[in-house]
Amino acid sequence: MNPVYYLYLAALLFTIGAAGVLVRKNAIIVFMCVELMLNACNLAFVTFSRLHGNLDGQIIAFFTMVVAAAEVVVGLAIIVTFFRSRHSASVDDADLMKL
Amino acid sequence: MDHLIGALVGAPLLGAAVLLLGGRRLDRIGHWVGTLLAAVSFALGVALFADMLSKDTGRRTFTSHLFTWVPVDSFRADVGFQLDQLSMTFVLLITGVGTLIHIYSIGYMAHDERRRRFFGYLNLFLAAMLLLVLANNYLLLYVGWEGVGLASYLLIGFWQHKPSAATAAKKAFIVNRVGDVGLSIAIMLLFTTFNSFSFSPVFGAVRDASGGRLTAIGLLLLLAACGKSAQVPLQSWLGDAMEGPTPVSALIHAATMVTAGVYLVTRSGAIFNASATAQLAVCVVGAVTLIFGAIVGCAKDDIKKALAGSTMSQIGYMMLAAGLGPVGYVFAIMHLVTHGFFKAGLFLGAGSVMHGMNDEVDMRKFGGLRGYMPVTFITFGLGYLAIIGFPGLSGFWTKDKIIEAAFAKGGGEGWVLGVVALIGAGVTAFYMTRVMLMTFFGEKRWQPDAQGHQPHPHESPKSMTVPMIILAFGSVFAGGLFSLNSSFLHWLEPVTGYSEGHSPLTAWQVSVATFVVLVVGAGLAWQQYGRKPVPAVAPRGSVLTRAARRDLLQDDFNHVVLVRGGEHLTRTLVHLDHSLVDGAVNGTAAGVGGVSARLRKVQNGFVRSYAVSMLGGAAVLVAATLLMRGI
Repeated sequence: MNPVYYLYLAALLFTIGAAGVLVRKNAIIVFMCVELMLNACNLAFVTFSRLHGNLDGQIIAFFTMVVAAAEVVVGLAIIVTFFRSRHSASVDDADLMKL
Repeated sequence: MDHLIGALVGAPLLGAAVLLLGGRRLDRIGHWVGTLLAAVSFALGVALFADMLSKDTGRRTFTSHLFTWVPVDSFRADVGFQLDQLSMTFVLLITGVGTLIHIYSIGYMAHDERRRRFFGYLNLFLAAMLLLVLANNYLLLYVGWEGVGLASYLLIGFWQHKPSAATAAKKAFIVNRVGDVGLSIAIMLLFTTFNSFSFSPVFGAVRDASGGRLTAIGLLLLLAACGKSAQVPLQSWLGDAMEGPTPVSALIHAATMVTAGVYLVTRSGAIFNASATAQLAVCVVGAVTLIFGAIVGCAKDDIKKALAGSTMSQIGYMMLAAGLGPVGYVFAIMHLVTHGFFKAGLFLGAGSVMHGMNDEVDMRKFGGLRGYMPVTFITFGLGYLAIIGFPGLSGFWTKDKIIEAAFAKGGGEGWVLGVVALIGAGVTAFYMTRVMLMTFFGEKRWQPDAQGHQPHPHESPKSMTVPMIILAFGSVFAGGLFSLNSSFLHWLEPVTGYSEGHSPLTAWQVSVATFVVLVVGAGLAWQQYGRKPVPAVAPRGSVLTRAARRDLLQDDFNHVVLVRGGEHLTRTLVHLDHSLVDGAVNGTAAGVGGVSARLRKVQNGFVRSYAVSMLGGAAVLVAATLLMRGI
């Protein structure tokens, strides 16, 4: 099977994730979409690793996973705290920092 | 030697510090402290003079280096003294006449409750002047120069409760600042040209400097001298300076302050000798001032202001002589010294008259005083004979020499300057005779003062008459003594240089001509003020008289040109500041504010819009990277 298809898949996943981040209001959904984008990147890295025949991309994918996991920890904590104080998970309600 | 010179300057400085910082508890002895320290300074001066006389002519200059004041890389400002015949002459004049004026002030200021402070200022004046003449470099001279300016300000405005005195002090200070700016620029130019402030290296290197620079330095030094010595065009402060107590006028006019300009020009002789233009400028300033001051002196009814006009005129003679170069330096200083005697005597005499006449200064309200104050009359009379150059008295020996030197400049210039000096001598005789006749002769025109007290003219106390008698001796004999075997010439020649010049007239012819104009001037004055009774109210007079009463419209000129001009200039500048500078600043601020107000709309608080801009930015970066790769 042609590895380029994996790249198409990665691009498709990334686009779905990006569109989700931009159009959805619910913070949890937005968060999931961010994860989707990260995993699309991982897929692309692994594909390139296979294409070029070295392991660099695979290693970077592992790093990305670790970073994503850490991000989930922090991000979910923020979302939970935010929900407690605002009784809402809508990202549009988080606008206290604007002028 | 160092210590002696240091003590010479330090004694009056110490006096000023003690008297001004000591407070009221010194009120009882303040005047004695001040006088004693001035006398100590004079005694040290005499000791140094004796020491100098015992040395050979060639080894009389003593230069010392005390410490380096400002050491910065190649820039070095030193503090050091130079004592040679020229500064020695000044030291003796300043401390000698200064001490006499201190003694006189004890009596004159006896009823003033701020007498201690007055003596503190007098001491400060002496110290500053001594520093000025003893400095071995221009920067230290400038310190003394400014000190003299400060002390004169304090003393002219001593009766500061009178608005006129406060204004006169400010005027003197501001007019002097104009000259001071000239001196400071001259010193900067000197440093950039010669890389030194000290006299000897500068004068040694004059030959290598460019002519234009030397002329510029010379003219700036002349500006400085004009300010301190009250020469045209910076003479306007001198008449108003009469607002100070009379001993101050005597000190300013005889021993300190106005002599500083002549000292500066004579000391910088090497620079002036190298620039004919600057020398001619000095001559012209001197000649114009000597006529200017004499005319002003003729019209004033205020005895002190008439004498002030006379000072201006006499200093004009000295400047004229100093501008003649080596022909005249010696005579400028010689006239300065004899003038110090008779002008101090005249001012102290005027003060004595005022003392007896309830502080009246209008000569039209004097008259017939000779019988009431015999000592004042005789000393004033001797000073009068000396200043008009009556044969045998001091002024005769020194003023004739200057007139002779002016002729000796040679060519048309020599004739013009000589004739001007000769006319000046005639006018001097006129106004001094006028002062003499209006004050001491004629009928009594006394009038009660503002409080209704009828004046009871009486002779002044001993402390005032004794200095006047001593000064009268100087007025009579100093000139003859200096001229005996040309002793003053031989004394000063090693410092200032001397050349005979080629006078188209012999000394005898000049003396006879001077005597003739003297008799004519005095005769005219007698015709006007001696034979006819003097009107108690000044007649309207001719246009020239009225102009001369207003100091030949000097103040009006300053007002129209400088004050009004300055106001217009500042108004224009304020307008420009508001429209141009403020406009630019405010415009920039408004522009930045407007742009920011639009930019802040981007910060709308919606996280998704930020995400869009991030995505857009990332897309642009990727696109740019791909495009660059492709090219």
